[in-house]
Amino acid sequence: MAKLRTGRMLGRSRWGNFIMFSLLILCGAFMVLPIVYSILQSFKPLNEINLFPPRFFVTRPTLSNYGKLFQLSANLWVPFSRYVFNSVFVSVVVTALNVIIASMCAYPLAKYTFPGSKLIFRTIVVALLFSSQVTYIPQYVLLSKMGMINTYWAMILPPLASTLGLYLMRQYMIAIPDSLMEAAKLDGAGEYRIFWQIIMPNVKPAWLTLMIFSFQAVWNSSNNTYIYKEQLKTLPTVMSQLAAGGVARVGVGAASSVILMLPPVLLFVFTQTNIIDTMATSGMKD
Amino acid sequence: MSTIRAHKPSLAREIWKNRHLYLLMAPFLLVFTVFIIIPIIVSVVLSLTDFNMLQSPSFVGLDNYIRMFLDDDVFIVAVRNTLIFAVLTGPVSYLLCFFLAWMINDLPPKFRWVLTLLFYAPALASNIFYIWTYIFSGDMYGLVNSTLIQLGIIMEPIQWLTDSTYVMFVIILVQLWMSLGTGFLAFIAGLQSVDTALFEAGAIDGIRNRWQQLWYITLPVMKPMLMFGAVMQISTSFSVSAVPMTLAGFPSTDNAAATVVSHMIDHGILRYEMGYASSIAVLLFIVMVLFKDAIGKLLGQD
Repeated sequence: MAKLRTGRMLGRSRWGNFIMFSLLILCGAFMVLPIVYSILQSFKPLNEINLFPPRFFVTRPTLSNYGKLFQLSANLWVPFSRYVFNSVFVSVVVTALNVIIASMCAYPLAKYTFPGSKLIFRTIVVALLFSSQVTYIPQYVLLSKMGMINTYWAMILPPLASTLGLYLMRQYMIAIPDSLMEAAKLDGAGEYRIFWQIIMPNVKPAWLTLMIFSFQAVWNSSNNTYIYKEQLKTLPTVMSQLAAGGVARVGVGAASSVILMLPPVLLFVFTQTNIIDTMATSGMKD
Repeated sequence: MSTIRAHKPSLAREIWKNRHLYLLMAPFLLVFTVFIIIPIIVSVVLSLTDFNMLQSPSFVGLDNYIRMFLDDDVFIVAVRNTLIFAVLTGPVSYLLCFFLAWMINDLPPKFRWVLTLLFYAPALASNIFYIWTYIFSGDMYGLVNSTLIQLGIIMEPIQWLTDSTYVMFVIILVQLWMSLGTGFLAFIAGLQSVDTALFEAGAIDGIRNRWQQLWYITLPVMKPMLMFGAVMQISTSFSVSAVPMTLAGFPSTDNAAATVVSHMIDHGILRYEMGYASSIAVLLFIVMVLFKDAIGKLLGQD
């Protein structure tokens, strides 16, 4: 097969093919089965969840868990829709701001050398190492000194400082030919216009990637300790409360996790090609 | 950066000339400084103090660091567990990322697309890992326990998540499950962008099988991507905390599933020992940077 498709590909023995496909199928099953199990759980009526021995598949699927999720809101302190609003609001604001400020910063770093440019870029690369968990404690001290605990700011500002998006954007922008910028300069365009009208439209895959990464990170994160007010909590926090609610809540917990999973997965489905395109320039050369 | 000093371009003038560029960078750099740089500096300072958030910090010198290594048994467990993730699980998942990317690279685009989605899904929907609590539930209703009981392999249900013999095994498994993340995508992209002319040239130069092709052509070309993947791997390996805290409980039974980050959260958020928690953070920063440099050397970068 491989030989026919492309002359350059070196063939693999039949055994090689067999082993490769078996491995891929095994790994694929390992990756996907827990997710499938989670989805199936969300459609199980209570008596199937409590069944012994537990079954993987659902025999009489029901939507009652999803219904309960919304009824449950009456028992919670605030309506379920408030958590949905919080999650959507924070994710959308962070994603939009992140794409804008990270791109604005990436452009000079990609296309110019100026006093400090090397130092700034090196610092950004080192900061790639420090995930939000690692900087959690010092950020907590800072946020509380600034009076931001229990505000939307505590959810919006720290993720904006993440450097992954900026790094990917900068690496992608390097590949944009300088001739495009020079032509615009001859026409008398200033730096800002070049950035908005020449560079940004040309890096669409990169900003779609930034959108996904940033949305996914914020949507999935539960800043338990930055936020204590029930009205400000987001879906992941509620989900973990539901999941900890014992056997009666298993189905509802699963339903909420399925709802939580959908947006990032759908976004990725629609943008995968662009993301792979962007990651092709993600290499770290120095 | 060609500073040939013909007519001494003063730094101030250079900066003024580039003012538009600085202005473009200003918003990000401001947020970055406030939420990354300052916290790091603050934690270095606080690590030398005793600080409970209520009273002002009092200077204690290196006491926190001494306590960490001589006086805190849980910290030693946390370091051991974190090193398991950094030195064993990390490299395994790094290799897994690379080999899966390599294997699906030859498939027709449609299959590649689907498999990429499937492999990336656990990282993408990261909250769904809670489902493993039901799979490895300690009672007979757990999927693993009931299967093993029915097969007659075990008689009594195993306390996967509270027994210190098994809990790390489960966490490693789940961590591997979630590990096909950003680095994996970078490898897929990198493999696709390897110039095919190189393979033709390689074939002429006597490359006979796929392993040789991988070793002599693909890997060298992908070095920058491998470095990026390594940085992502270090970042996740050292910050493992959500999975053990959710699956094994927090704090876990006998602290068997403590990691450096969960230990830091324990002291910082639960006990308000911010000075001590900061010293743990500082140690993490230093070790992570050292790891990055070591891997950089290994991959032959400056």
